[in-house]
Amino acid sequence: MADKGDDDDQYRIKEGDCVVLKRGDIYKAVQIQPKKKIIFEKQWIFLDNAVGHLYSTTFEIVAGGTLKPQEVKDTESPPDLKVAGTDNRNIVDDGKSQKLTRDDIETLKEQGLKGQEIIQQLIENSSTFNNKTGYAQDKYIKKKKKKYENTVAILKPTCRILAMMYHGREPGKICHLRYDTLAQMLTLANIHAGSKVLVFETCAGLVLGAIMERMGGYGSVIQMYPGGGPVRAGVESFGFPAHFHDMLHDFPICHVNALLAGTLDTTAKDPTADEKQFEMAADEEQNQPETDQQEGSPEEQSMDTKTGDDAGQDQGEMEKEKRKETQEKKLKLEEKRRRLAAAAALLESRNADGLVIASRFHPCPVLLGLLKFLSPSRPFVVYSQCKEPLIECYTKLKEQGGTVNLRLTDTWLRHYQVLPNRTHPLLLMSGGGGYVLSGTTVAIDRFKPAGSPQAEEPAAKRQKLKDTEG
Amino acid sequence: MSFVEYSDLIQDGDVAIVYLNHISAMPVKVKHGAQTQTRYGVIRHSTDLIGQRYGSKVTCSKGGWVYVLHPTPELWTVSLPHRTQILYTTDIATITMMLELKPGSVVCESGTGSGSLSHAILRTIAPTGHLHTVEFHQQRAEKVAEEFKEHRVDHLVTVRNQDVCKDGFGVVGVADAVFLDIPSPWEAVGHAKAALKKHGGRVCSFSPCIEQVQRTCEVLADQGFQEISTLEVLLRVHDVRTISLPLPDFGPDPAARAEPGIVDKAPLPAAPNHSSVTMKTTTPPREMPGHTGYLTFATKPRT
Repeated sequence: MADKGDDDDQYRIKEGDCVVLKRGDIYKAVQIQPKKKIIFEKQWIFLDNAVGHLYSTTFEIVAGGTLKPQEVKDTESPPDLKVAGTDNRNIVDDGKSQKLTRDDIETLKEQGLKGQEIIQQLIENSSTFNNKTGYAQDKYIKKKKKKYENTVAILKPTCRILAMMYHGREPGKICHLRYDTLAQMLTLANIHAGSKVLVFETCAGLVLGAIMERMGGYGSVIQMYPGGGPVRAGVESFGFPAHFHDMLHDFPICHVNALLAGTLDTTAKDPTADEKQFEMAADEEQNQPETDQQEGSPEEQSMDTKTGDDAGQDQGEMEKEKRKETQEKKLKLEEKRRRLAAAAALLESRNADGLVIASRFHPCPVLLGLLKFLSPSRPFVVYSQCKEPLIECYTKLKEQGGTVNLRLTDTWLRHYQVLPNRTHPLLLMSGGGGYVLSGTTVAIDRFKPAGSPQAEEPAAKRQKLKDTEG
Repeated sequence: MSFVEYSDLIQDGDVAIVYLNHISAMPVKVKHGAQTQTRYGVIRHSTDLIGQRYGSKVTCSKGGWVYVLHPTPELWTVSLPHRTQILYTTDIATITMMLELKPGSVVCESGTGSGSLSHAILRTIAPTGHLHTVEFHQQRAEKVAEEFKEHRVDHLVTVRNQDVCKDGFGVVGVADAVFLDIPSPWEAVGHAKAALKKHGGRVCSFSPCIEQVQRTCEVLADQGFQEISTLEVLLRVHDVRTISLPLPDFGPDPAARAEPGIVDKAPLPAAPNHSSVTMKTTTPPREMPGHTGYLTFATKPRT
């Protein structure tokens, strides 16, 4: 009712869109660009034909890697399963049950046969297939389907899909943050529209993107970044509308001490500071195009270690253009300073509504430093792949006070196969999705020195422990 | 104060969360002249709460103190008055992400129960989304509607008192997501499909028993839902504590004495009679919730 035919436009794939390819449980984030070859699951494909189709359409990959929308439900009807055995007492593994050789199968593939047809051939040439039980036949077909089916679905990116994709493809890039753990963080930090959230992450921008999605363009996000510039490849994959980026600010973590001490000068009137900033801007320029091209490539993390070297090399050739460039750089520098000042202004009021940390750095100093920017009665979450650094955070927070409701947790995720008479937990499950320390800030007691909350229950707990275990 | 918007100061008419300790918190309706009893003594709203900052420490009449916190759906979940079994934050977090909820989402839910999940949904879909929630128990429906008003989120939610299995959600073709927490979800799958937008959407069903999951999955598949996936998420809480492991006494070590170089060092760790190693570690709680319910998710394709 609410959505009529003409509303379809917003659900159609357009050129330049960031999309996610899906086959089975495999995802890959790509951008739709004309005549661009993309490798997905060992296959070259061109996405040009997808433009104009609706999101979530499944395409068949035909010759030359072009896409053809799949006809409705042709793969859903499995071949007849009428002949089936009851058990496997007479099935012998002699390695000769499949009469087709590897070469035969390759030939079939080269002939451009559809996956469905190849599977049919395999079944017909399997001497044991008819002796297998119905369930075993089902399983056989499913397995072959996974291997030979040539389809790809094109989805609109969401936090769910991207978090699952990163966890499946490149867990190292996101500090092994499992998607259910990310879900806990977003909820425990009470991320919602209209708040002011601080983020420190080295998860390729996935955590930042997830937060931006939950804020829907309302409020502000301040990304605290280490090194030369913020990493946001993951954010790009979300394909947010342009106005979402208006809410996004960034602030280099190396200026936090200065900001806290009130010595950060964002006007940069004196020439030496100007020069320093200038150099930084130059470095960044070297790095910036790199990040753009490298979306999703493994080199991102090395970005912040690259500095002036490249700049030095290029200098000779660029002598002529230098003047022009200087002008441009000055403009960029001005823009950068403006952004820094804007982010500093947001931080200085020290009234942020939430803090999310998920990085490869030691979380303790980051947490203790950034908590100072939060209003009282606001939630914070810290992620770490290991438990030990969070134990240290917990201990330090208990010592210094200013927080309540501290909890160190992790979640355990189990998937189930649900099929008639074959329901059980999946055989393979994820070993660990990392740990989360969460809590709430409170007003710091001015009448007692730090370390005073010893009268609270943690002390009692320690006492008890000594009694029982000491 | 509102459950979807932070404010700094406690005002008359707010709902504040009084945080007593890590296992107990209570919601308080702030009212001029009112008093609240806690185990640490009385809190007088006019002087102790109104005008104070959220997050302040409030000293009660017996000298004990509490913190007064801004309400959030998570704090509400641990302090709300139970009228039914409720969903806890671990499941809520998973549901929110897997249903792809965000500002602007239109969501259908049944049953409303005590409103634990509802508050979390409202927080996430504000300011432009809407929740259509269905509760067949009249008193519960009325009570939860009253709470939404008190929490200043009533503009984002419509409560319907009807049987979702018979009458559906009261809306058709508008929802981005549907959540079911009812004894026979398979009877509501058709209504869920009807409530979802034409271009598709996500659905989730929460059931404690595997037989319920089995029936629900069958109906979901029959109705053309895709990406059907059942999972379970359990929370483990780690108690941080300092432990001390005593070292056994092996007696005097003649080998250590034979080598003159080590003589100076060896006595240090070995000499004390009752030496021990102290370390920070975590211990699992003695008991933990081992099962809440299975979460079954599915995607409705475009129709």
